[in-house]
Amino acid sequence: MLVAEKIGKRFAGVVALNEVSMELPPAKVTAIIGENGAGKSTLMKILSGVYPEYEGRILLDGKEVRFSNPKEAQEKGIAIIHQELNLIPDLSITENIFLGREITNGWDMLDKKSMRQKTQELLNRLKLEVSPDTLIRDLKVGQQQVVEIAKALLTDSQVIIMDEPTSAISDHEVEVLFSIIENLRNDGKTIVYISHKLDELFRIADRYVVLRDGQVTESGSMEGVNHDAIIKKMVGREIKALDREQRKFGEREILQVQNLCLELNNGGRQKALDKVSFSLRQGEILGIFGLMGAGRTELLECILGIHPAGCSGNILVNGEVVKLRSPQEAIKSGIVLVPEDRKKDGLVLGLDVKTNISLSTIRRILQSGFLNRNRETKLAEEYTQSLRIKTPSPNQQVKNLSGGNQQKVVLARCLATNPKVLMLDEPTRGIDANAKNEIYKLILELSQSGLGIIVVSSELPEILAVSDRILVMSEGKITAEFSAEEANEDNILKAAIPKTI
Amino acid sequence: MSISKYRATLSRFQSSIALFVLCLALSILSDKFLTVDNGWNVLRQISVNVCISVGMTLVVLTAGIDLSVGSVLALSGAVAAGLLKNGIELPGNDLFIGFTLLGTIVAGLLTGGFLGFFNGAVITKFKVPPFVATLAMLTIARGLTMLWTKGYPISSLGPSFGYIGTGWFLGIPVLVWIAAVIIAVALVITNKTSLGRYIYAIGGNENASRLSGINIGKVKVIVYTISGVLAALGGIMVTSRLDSAQPNAGISYELDAIAAVVIGGTSLSGGRGTIMGTVLGAVIIGVLNNGLVLLDVSPFWQQVVKGFVILLAVIIDKANSKAE
Repeated sequence: MLVAEKIGKRFAGVVALNEVSMELPPAKVTAIIGENGAGKSTLMKILSGVYPEYEGRILLDGKEVRFSNPKEAQEKGIAIIHQELNLIPDLSITENIFLGREITNGWDMLDKKSMRQKTQELLNRLKLEVSPDTLIRDLKVGQQQVVEIAKALLTDSQVIIMDEPTSAISDHEVEVLFSIIENLRNDGKTIVYISHKLDELFRIADRYVVLRDGQVTESGSMEGVNHDAIIKKMVGREIKALDREQRKFGEREILQVQNLCLELNNGGRQKALDKVSFSLRQGEILGIFGLMGAGRTELLECILGIHPAGCSGNILVNGEVVKLRSPQEAIKSGIVLVPEDRKKDGLVLGLDVKTNISLSTIRRILQSGFLNRNRETKLAEEYTQSLRIKTPSPNQQVKNLSGGNQQKVVLARCLATNPKVLMLDEPTRGIDANAKNEIYKLILELSQSGLGIIVVSSELPEILAVSDRILVMSEGKITAEFSAEEANEDNILKAAIPKTI
Repeated sequence: MSISKYRATLSRFQSSIALFVLCLALSILSDKFLTVDNGWNVLRQISVNVCISVGMTLVVLTAGIDLSVGSVLALSGAVAAGLLKNGIELPGNDLFIGFTLLGTIVAGLLTGGFLGFFNGAVITKFKVPPFVATLAMLTIARGLTMLWTKGYPISSLGPSFGYIGTGWFLGIPVLVWIAAVIIAVALVITNKTSLGRYIYAIGGNENASRLSGINIGKVKVIVYTISGVLAALGGIMVTSRLDSAQPNAGISYELDAIAAVVIGGTSLSGGRGTIMGTVLGAVIIGVLNNGLVLLDVSPFWQQVVKGFVILLAVIIDKANSKAE
């Protein structure tokens, strides 16, 4: 029995988990349910030793355990199968499975024969019919997923955590996986299962625990629970109502997207975008909802000209076709993006606030060819005031600001280019509730100034709170469109869940 | 707060303090160190490395590296010397093109600029890592130098060419003037121009810079071209000073330049560093070299000492950025 007691975790001041307690009994499959950002992955990473620092206690069979790395957790019998694959492409299946725990003989030489034999046994058990010597890069994504599972089985773990194990595998492989899970359960293992695909949970899970905003809100047996009830439990929360009265927007279509397709070289999977078409009016806020892998980020990247090679279709700004081959050209045409991961893609963290704000519009602060500090500071002050950015001064390094204020700096940089279309990808990821509401208010204010705004989000309440119109994406396609009045959590989530299972 | 501010001030001036301590120690140990003659001597010696290191700093700020500067220096110096001495004879037409002094200098600088441009183009168009692209150029340019010189020095270039390397202007050696001008221009570029701003931004976060609409490729090509031109300038300075273009001039100069950049506190992962830091780094290396010679330390030990100084500088820098 694995027990979590009052687990708490913060990232840079933002609460990710707050006094989370749960029991994970043996011989049961427990489903952890929650929206993106609810804290599921954080909790799993704590349980499996990836995050050694946290509040609270973890008890394994009644004894407190504290892991300082994933290896320690493995040694105590807790294995995790990550959502992202952690395999080394240029090593063989055997080498990957035994990585860090190689069998050696007396002289510290690798005992390749017995490692290969053990791998073969595991592959047989998992019904994966390839040679143990196959390189990972030659396997399909689904097969790689099975290798991840084999890694967890090798150590004879008592607890096996699976984070979205079916996100990339075929129906056939899902069936194999489920029979494996059933066998493991019958052997008395504790299985923790995370998935967005609700149908899977009904088939495989015995119990559920709901996480919302970093807290456990409910738990119980899957028996007698239906689809709609689960969706309700997941979402539940109300966002503080925004003043959405007097929403008005122009008739002019400021942005039109026609038959946008995107093919990425990631092993010949389905298209990342499949004939996506929509339009955006002046002053309108268009929400785009999708689960992980739905293609929402790819859509924005395509419009911004990041994938000029694999992208086809038409983009029209103010009725004119534009060819966008780089973000530079997109910005010139009036399209800007506030990216999903502000630290990786949005900000130069080591530079100060004013430098970041002026980065996309350096011409505005040039005077006879040279940077003018006064103009730069003025520009920065203009936006720190209008966007209410809390910073001691424009000379503060961006890395010292809170998440919400960092996000506003990215927004300021984008707005300084005087755009026509503002695209926001997960605009409130990793920022606290107050700052979230600030951002929502800003989005509404900005739309009233005639900007066309696209908000992409995997958080339902967020989409519902800000959008005038909502598109739902799943597997690279637009699967539904709702007006703000028609939309509710139920019909959106139904359209978002992939139909492949 | 006051302690951390104190720390920050200390770390900002640590190179200056190190240089001061070094000079103090040397002037106690050797009575020849603190003389006017030796002072000019040191400055003349470091002026070439300063020029190359300034270019290297710009490259390293974009998170790149330029290993080809030593070879580019040799080829550019040899091209300038060869043109000055022999001109170009076009076979068949019986046409002979002679070069003025200025013409040869421009031709030398253009050679370096072209090689740098080539580096930048390979790095941005074909996504070749800077380390590999400039390593290739290191041997390409060295080979071209051998071909151009046929393996022999090109010497006796005349007093007017020699003025660059040995002359004085307003009481200061011409070499030092050149280095000072390069430093000044580089300071303006890094602090006052959009190019400088983009260099820091790209080194700090290339993804964010691309999404911000910066033309990454263009900036990188410009930076490598500048590095090539400055290496060529170094080549002309060296050639003039020796009154001879040596086919194996500039070997391992890239290492001295990188050392100056690193000692000066510029992060090899890009985005952080200053021109003045590099200049200080170059001065420290120059003073160290000079001091070790004055103290009669064997050249073999000099290399060992220099290596440890580089290590020490980076370790201190790491400790500082951690404390931050």
